[in-house]
Amino acid sequence: MANSGFASLSGGCDKNFIANFSGIDYIVAPSGSCVLHIKEHLNDSRSPAEAEFIRTHIYELTEFLTDVLKLEKLSARFPYKVGLHSSCHGQRGLHLSSMSELVAPAFSKPAALLNMVSGLQLCLPERPDECCGFGGTFCVFEEAVSVKMGVDRIKEHESNHVDVITGGDVSCLMHLEGIMKRKGSKTRVMHIAEILNSEQ
Amino acid sequence: MNPSHAKLAEAFNEDEKRTDWHDQTLWFVRQKRDKAAQILPEWEQLRQWASDIKDHTLSNLDVYLAEFERKAMANGIQVHWALDAADHNAIIHKIICDQGLTRIVKSKSMLTEECHLNDYLQQSGIEVIDTDLGERIVQLRKEPPSHIVLPAIHLKKQDVSETFREHLGTEAGNYDPQYLTQAARIHLREKFIQSELAITGVNFAVAETGGIVVCTNEGNADMGVHSARIHIGCMGIEKIIPKAEHLGVFTRLLARSATGQPITTYTSHFHRPRPGQEMHIIIVDNGRSRQLGREDFRNSLKCIRCAACFNTCPVYRRSGGHSYHTAVAGPIGSILNPNLDMKANADLPFASTLCGSCTNVCPVKINIHEQLWKWRQVIAEEGLVAPSKKYNMKMMAFVLARPSLYRLAGSAGRWMMRNLPFLVKVKVLNPWYKQREMPEAPKESFRDWYKKNKGV
Repeated sequence: MANSGFASLSGGCDKNFIANFSGIDYIVAPSGSCVLHIKEHLNDSRSPAEAEFIRTHIYELTEFLTDVLKLEKLSARFPYKVGLHSSCHGQRGLHLSSMSELVAPAFSKPAALLNMVSGLQLCLPERPDECCGFGGTFCVFEEAVSVKMGVDRIKEHESNHVDVITGGDVSCLMHLEGIMKRKGSKTRVMHIAEILNSEQ
Repeated sequence: MNPSHAKLAEAFNEDEKRTDWHDQTLWFVRQKRDKAAQILPEWEQLRQWASDIKDHTLSNLDVYLAEFERKAMANGIQVHWALDAADHNAIIHKIICDQGLTRIVKSKSMLTEECHLNDYLQQSGIEVIDTDLGERIVQLRKEPPSHIVLPAIHLKKQDVSETFREHLGTEAGNYDPQYLTQAARIHLREKFIQSELAITGVNFAVAETGGIVVCTNEGNADMGVHSARIHIGCMGIEKIIPKAEHLGVFTRLLARSATGQPITTYTSHFHRPRPGQEMHIIIVDNGRSRQLGREDFRNSLKCIRCAACFNTCPVYRRSGGHSYHTAVAGPIGSILNPNLDMKANADLPFASTLCGSCTNVCPVKINIHEQLWKWRQVIAEEGLVAPSKKYNMKMMAFVLARPSLYRLAGSAGRWMMRNLPFLVKVKVLNPWYKQREMPEAPKESFRDWYKKNKGV
């Protein structure tokens, strides 16, 4: 709603969110986009302290595993070639990885975690952090450009012959999956949590 | 009213090969920018300085503009103030009429595009020749520029060849860029030699010196100014910088951000008219002071028109400049144009996925994607979004604020998608389904699964 210009209508959601998550030390979500929204926009004039606590204690999954749990190894096994899609809100909003536009040292929290998975071969697309085109309601209101952006992302991943495209945001993956299924592609999408938890 | 960005972009995407070519061409420019930035360890520091200088200047615009006027006048430059586009055009028209000028050349100036100067003068039977190669190509084709640095980037050499054949008499089917450039050169030389009035844009106006700086790669601004008896420089109020020593920060950032060059081929400093010449500067507001008063959007005025945000924007690259139906397209245009006409440009802040790449490449650190988000709120508040969208959002807010209703709606939705999939698989009603399959509906929600499996 907020990204579509209707942040003014989000009061009810904010109230529920605060009621559900007050008193919790760490809130972890498997979506950079959702976490960024909460961090930037969660507000409630009746419980400002609770809102602030939540805003500063909510983590995206790979961020939590890296920065809070400081994970150094994983028992997961996933013997496939995997392409990583960096979702924009996680990357540019939450700084889960370095950004190709900036002159700064390179790092990637999701890639570091994936590299701990045995058997997994990680492949990055040629344009490592281009948007997939989902963009919330953009995906329907700007359907043509949205799909074209997705098609181009998939093309880069498929030229790497990956078995799976993974990422931290279901919305991006759902968009890419929708296009791949329509085209009859054999490449699958999986959320990064599924791979980090995999025991194949 | 203009067709929306979405409609125009859909038409642009009908020729997928051409869309790919457009995307790759601009991505190549983005990569050149990356290489130029990456070899400067101080790049991020430069961006910060540029941003700080512009912030300071915007907060003291009154002081610096007055200082600039004083110094420029002391240098023998005639300074004019224009409240809006009509004022700007009328001032130029008057200079032309008073002196009976007919041969007019103009180098690149997005401000004159914003003010539709050429169209205005044409209505009075006055012809202005654009001398930037790309600008001349689109002028001959009676098109607006599609990019603020690369005005004809939407055209292929075959298109240019056809345009030149029609207007300059070049050989049909000769696509050799060197041949075509030579033809343009001969054509433009003639215009330069004959010119009586040269109009230029202004990249930077230095308050301390009263001089202006014009950056080009073709030297066309200089060619015009050096042969014409009168020079008019047109600048927005935000082009001012306090001191000459600040220039280096911007010239280092500008060309690197725009095309990956260390500096523009010509960086020309005009401080005073040469003997026998008249020099005018028109300082234009045209909505800028209104934007300055909008707290959330004021820093859009820091823009130095490098177009790095165009080249990096995945939406711009796949929709072309004309889809933005404004003089300044791309992400920066989408935060500037709603200020000029909110209703006509209400679609533009939505022509973005808010990926944030524009903000990262911006050499003066404008938070472009955050301003796009904020414009969306303003536009929704003003009631300028489609009523159906507004209704859907209200429904969504109602459901999401009521957990039991949300759960009911969720299970109803899942049931419908499993049992009556044809209801959502209608391409005309469901834009998602046009080129994408629907996601598979799970049997139960995460909440139900969690309750069952984790026993809470």
